Amino acid sequence: MSPNVNLANADVRKVARLARLGMTETEIESAREQLSGIFDLIAEMQAVDTNGITPMSHAQDVTQRLREDVVTETDQRELFQSLAPQYQGSPQVEAGLYLVPQVIE
Amino acid sequence: MLNSSLQQLGSALRAGKISSVELTQLYLGRIAELNPALNAYITLNPETSLDQARRADSLLAGGKAQPLTGIPIAQKDIFCAKGWRTTCGSKMLENFIAPYDAHVITQFNDAGAVNLGKTNMDEFAMGSSNETSYFGTVKNPWDRNAVPGGSSGGAACAVAARLCAAATGTDTGGSIRQPAALCGISGIKPTYGTVSRYGMIAFASSLDQAGPMARSAEDLALLLNVMTGFDERDSTSLQRDKEDYGRDLNKPLAGLRIGLPKEFFAEGLAQDVAGCVNAALDEYKKLGATIVDITLPNSRLAVPVYYVLAPAEASSNLSRYDGVRYGYRAPEYGDLTEMYENSRAQGFGAEVKRRIMIGTYVLSHGYYDAYYLQAQKIRRLIAQDFDDAFKLCDVIMGPTSPSTAFNLGEKGDDPVQMYLSDIYTIAVNLAGLPGMSIPAGFGTNGRPSGLQIIGNYFREAQMLNVAHQYQLATDWHSRQPDEI
Repeated sequence: MSPNVNLANADVRKVARLARLGMTETEIESAREQLSGIFDLIAEMQAVDTNGITPMSHAQDVTQRLREDVVTETDQRELFQSLAPQYQGSPQVEAGLYLVPQVIE
Repeated sequence: MLNSSLQQLGSALRAGKISSVELTQLYLGRIAELNPALNAYITLNPETSLDQARRADSLLAGGKAQPLTGIPIAQKDIFCAKGWRTTCGSKMLENFIAPYDAHVITQFNDAGAVNLGKTNMDEFAMGSSNETSYFGTVKNPWDRNAVPGGSSGGAACAVAARLCAAATGTDTGGSIRQPAALCGISGIKPTYGTVSRYGMIAFASSLDQAGPMARSAEDLALLLNVMTGFDERDSTSLQRDKEDYGRDLNKPLAGLRIGLPKEFFAEGLAQDVAGCVNAALDEYKKLGATIVDITLPNSRLAVPVYYVLAPAEASSNLSRYDGVRYGYRAPEYGDLTEMYENSRAQGFGAEVKRRIMIGTYVLSHGYYDAYYLQAQKIRRLIAQDFDDAFKLCDVIMGPTSPSTAFNLGEKGDDPVQMYLSDIYTIAVNLAGLPGMSIPAGFGTNGRPSGLQIIGNYFREAQMLNVAHQYQLATDWHSRQPDEI
């Protein structure tokens, strides 16, 4: 499938939604202009013939290491919970859990 | 004292000519005086630094010192340091106190070095001018109207302004080399996988690599000795024997073959920068090196490939910032989705959002093959170009950046122009090769210009040798800004 670089505001809105980035209509419009410029730059690589080339994801020819299945982490729940974000002045934790808006009725 | 090499500082400390507390206070005093204008540091904890210095002094007194014991090092604010605020230049982490140490921090702590403070940087290391930092722009100490480069702009500024003995940086597309060039200092990005990424806040994991920034190649070797080494907590850390990166510093350069890629001297390179590179090459010829013409035919594709791969990896890495367990949470929201959307919209700056958007788009359904997979295939072609080139030469040289430091605000509205300032550095990250920048003169505007040296995999000791011999023959690296 050949990519569509003529971005519409609707495309930008959809991507912002996927990325969980809240954006106003003005921001969508300016993002569309800037992203179009960047995709013009990227378009240069579309013409390259890459048939038979293996994609490269790591600079060295290495494979994922395995390790013994033993516990290496210590319990730091209290320390980590002390970093929780505040909401209306109180840290969003309770009984060792993190608080978020209700998801299931 | 401010212009002493790390080795000289170490000797003075071990000989009791100065204490680590005195040295740390000297730098803290300079920081108090100069940092309000330069903005190189985001966070300082003088008491914590001085505690470390006192511990170093007792090691020194007990004869248990290592080469860097007692030496104050500035840490880029991308490295988690336990008890230190670690922001990565972002509002998202404005109040984040790291609960653990990055591997790099542990290595420096174990070496007895002093953490002097956390340096300013582009937000999440995304930028080439340090202007995307939530904590304000950093000024280039050579000219305060100029950018210091980025993303390790605070580190480069701190080294150039003598606000630390040396510093750490990270380099995903040039973020050690470009600011080093623009601030007139030396910096090296080692082979990918050499320094552990554990506790180094992730941007683009297949490209991110930490390295040292300092005033000379000799200093870089001592710093690399401490920073490198296998770490099982980083899945891409390479299992290799420890090496002494300073072992070849004094080798003569007779017979060295320097490859010049014609693509690095084409359109877009400022004449004054080209002049500095050519003068450096003449110096190398005097030192016995020969010049070989080489070609990196796919290097023109490095920027487009990078701007697919890096944002793709970033969009995935930065999905963790959701306002739930740490970091910024928006003050107002209704449901969970709105909590995510508002927290991320308010916590991230414009450039970070732009890259998350690019990455999300190229990874989205229907576009993966055309963008991400195609970019990974061209990445291999770029790496093969280097493989072919290194059959003809020992090191590759060229400019680090197409121009000397540009003015603050000059490229602010045009992301593509900003991206092109990394045109000579990005291919090195894609290939995973080691690359460095050393000072090689000044542009017509009086701002520093850098020489880039690219080595084959694991040839850092050779590159440092090549840089050190130049620094013995020239004095560009020991120049310092007038007002400093």
